[in-house]
Amino acid sequence: MFDLDKWQEIFSTIRQNKLRTFLTAFSVAWGIIMLVILLGSGYGLENGVREEFEGDAVNYLSVNPGMTSKAYKGTKPGKPVSFTNEDRDLLTRMPGVTASSARTRIFGSGVISYKNEYGAFDIFCCHPEYAQVESIRMIEGRFLNQADIQHTRKVVSLGKIVADALFKNGEKPLGKYIRVNDVLFLVVGVFDDPGGDRDMSRIYIPISTAQKAFNRGNSINNVCVIMDGATPEDSRKAEEEIKQTLSARHHFDPTDTRALFIYNTINEYQRFMQLFAGIRIFIWFIGVGTIIAGIVGVSNIMMIVVKERTKEIGIRKSMGATPSSIVGLILQESVLITALAGYAGLVIGVVLLEVVGNNMPNVDYFSNPEIKLDVAVSATVLLVVAGMIAGFVPARRAASVKPVDALRDE
Amino acid sequence: MIHIKELHKSYITGTNSLHVLKGIDLSIASGEFVSIMGSSGSGKSTLLNILGILDNYDKGNYRLDGNLIAKMSEKKAAAFRNQLIGFVFQSFNLISFKNALENVALPLYYQKVSRRKRNLIAMEYLDKMGLAEWAHHMPNELSGGQKQRVAIARALISKPKVILADEPTGALDTQTSYEVMDILKEVNGQGITILIVTHEHDIAAMTNRIIRLRDGVIAEDIRNGEVKKMKEMAFAAAN
Repeated sequence: MFDLDKWQEIFSTIRQNKLRTFLTAFSVAWGIIMLVILLGSGYGLENGVREEFEGDAVNYLSVNPGMTSKAYKGTKPGKPVSFTNEDRDLLTRMPGVTASSARTRIFGSGVISYKNEYGAFDIFCCHPEYAQVESIRMIEGRFLNQADIQHTRKVVSLGKIVADALFKNGEKPLGKYIRVNDVLFLVVGVFDDPGGDRDMSRIYIPISTAQKAFNRGNSINNVCVIMDGATPEDSRKAEEEIKQTLSARHHFDPTDTRALFIYNTINEYQRFMQLFAGIRIFIWFIGVGTIIAGIVGVSNIMMIVVKERTKEIGIRKSMGATPSSIVGLILQESVLITALAGYAGLVIGVVLLEVVGNNMPNVDYFSNPEIKLDVAVSATVLLVVAGMIAGFVPARRAASVKPVDALRDE
Repeated sequence: MIHIKELHKSYITGTNSLHVLKGIDLSIASGEFVSIMGSSGSGKSTLLNILGILDNYDKGNYRLDGNLIAKMSEKKAAAFRNQLIGFVFQSFNLISFKNALENVALPLYYQKVSRRKRNLIAMEYLDKMGLAEWAHHMPNELSGGQKQRVAIARALISKPKVILADEPTGALDTQTSYEVMDILKEVNGQGITILIVTHEHDIAAMTNRIIRLRDGVIAEDIRNGEVKKMKEMAFAAAN
């Protein structure tokens, strides 16, 4: 295999047929570039969606009240459903629920200020458990805790962007009082959120404090129910149960699709993962198809090579070339062309992916197109094998020609 | 050196069977210089191909240097061709993308001789043919006579027992033909058995034995002394 003479033989034949070799190599390289880009884009899509999900947990159900659209037991449609603290307590007691939080959003309306700095940010009123829903990471201090809720403490946890906007000149936010809708709150923590800028332009205050401070009685806007370790099937069952429980409590038709909106992340996540499994199969299917086309191309060219070299093979045989040396000659040429071209294609494809990945604007659901090393390596191995398969049939044919017939060939 | 008994060979094309060699008995001793003559279709090329193990035969038997050449693996046939036989062809059959030196060295490549060593030996043989300064020229830069001399050097490099030449002068003018024949004679002088197929009487007359084939059988087998006589007759006829 690593016989210098054989390599010299191969290089001299390749030099003889530059264009043909180039075209063959090009078809293989092109196939691999396509495969790399396809695979890379597939991963990019997957990374992007996974990142979208990473912003929040994928083990909770968000339950939002709506407005009835069906008449039920004497009530006309169009009745708004509104949640109170009892709704949260009710849902927390459901089997399979590991934690829950109420959530009331006060959008943009709240002016938040510290000394001369101020801004309008979203105010989220919730329970400490909400940190799990948002996958919050504390930079300093702490999030809300149960004592804050119990004692209706006026404490606040700031998103990184809010903290940066209010505290200039290197001032430390922890322990300072900020003004939220003209009520003073003590800063107990600053957090980071993988969910992105929007999620970091928020402040969190205890729901109990908010209800008291901003005259909201015991009403809440939403309940987030965390079901740790629940299967998608469990989550779908829980969805049904939530509908039954709340419809009984709020007197609406359980089949009314407008009375309650439940966003089931467990189910959603599974659906996306299934989609990706499908996409991955599809990509490999196309990719392998492209490679097969390349193999057939190389095989075809090698067939022509053998035909063209029949006479030469005859001469070699009359000089004492064994069939295996002829097979080796053709096979090695084919493997060399596919392996080199394939490798070049791989490199070009990866470089293209890198360039696109680095210069791409931030798009939702698409990030870091990449190809994993093991995939690249297996693609290269696949190519060498492909080169062998592509060369084998023509090589066998070349070796089996009778020398007398080969010599007669013009 | 060569012993053939009752050799038969037919070609089957579709439903037709063409009986080319119809029982040939022939013995050629070591060191002979033999020409095979005959009109086209007489089977002379077929016979030469069988002798060169480039083709197989149907019936009879063929011994080359004591080895029975019958149905054998292509690998074994290749080894026999490499060690016992040197070929010279009418159309030279040099490999076009290799220079003269590489062409001459090719049989040694198949004997797994190292590159440096075989190029050295090839140079030696080219030098003997007076082609040392043409060693690095490609075949298309050589004249017909030069090409045939390269081909002879290539045939000789593996030190074969037999040289089989199929119309070695068929593509050359008279002057060059005679030069090539002189070289072959010299080779024969070193004890190598030579068989040439030709249809030119003057070429055949330079050999020591003429075997004339007609319709797949040996019609005549004339030896040295008789050849001279025939030469004179041919000379007389020409005048």
